[in-house]
Amino acid sequence: MTLSKITEILEATVIVRPADLEDLNIRSACSADLMSDVLYYHSIDSLLITGLTQINVIRTAEIAGTKAIVFVLNKKPDERTVELAGQKKIPLLSTPFCMYTASGKLYQAGLRSSLND
Amino acid sequence: MPLNIDGTIDGTFQLIGGNFTTAGEASTQLKLKLSELGVDETIIRRATIATFEAEMNVIIYAAAGWLHYYITSRSITIKIADMGPGIENIELAMQEGYSTAPDWVREMGWGAGMGLPNMKKNSDLFKIDSVVGEGTTVEMVINFP
Repeated sequence: MTLSKITEILEATVIVRPADLEDLNIRSACSADLMSDVLYYHSIDSLLITGLTQINVIRTAEIAGTKAIVFVLNKKPDERTVELAGQKKIPLLSTPFCMYTASGKLYQAGLRSSLND
Repeated sequence: MPLNIDGTIDGTFQLIGGNFTTAGEASTQLKLKLSELGVDETIIRRATIATFEAEMNVIIYAAAGWLHYYITSRSITIKIADMGPGIENIELAMQEGYSTAPDWVREMGWGAGMGLPNMKKNSDLFKIDSVVGEGTTVEMVINFP
């Protein structure tokens, strides 16, 4: 699923825009607020759906090979977090939906779990 | 395939407890180093996940610590030593889900009791020693394919 399709489904605003929003393909997703779960269970090239906006979420994404991050409930990260995501070329989105609904909408549209993907 | 590395490439990072802003920098720099050396992507991922978890543990629990890495043509060794509270029961700490992290750490998305199991899972050799009141040392080796 392309990141632009995900943006549309989640009615999301783009905080850090990748060069290739139209073409960036996301294979799977994980919803987590525990960073070790992201590191322990999930595969590379996935979308992270989270309620955490701290800077170490970007570090986790970089180490885990996460392709893009969606913040739920319209949460917006601070300037330093946005800056680091820009440097690391990790796209950031923010959706008005809660984690349950955001995950459900993407699952319904065919985006599967990255667990054991 | 062994990498074309003569001898040992090594480096050190100093880690400061409580500094969440720069937490993860040592791991990302190590990731960059391994990429430059042409190490296999799967190995890089394992090494950096293990290193990142160890780095976060120092930031969360200890006053300060050191991270040393040694890369040869056949493996990477990561050693982390901290001046922290130490671990009373290592066997318990190695169990998935066991954690002594305070609430503020959990609110930041850490302290779920998966750090040490995650380090072990991603290492070919994992050693941990701890003295209560002095600190903890972890040594991890990841072999190249």
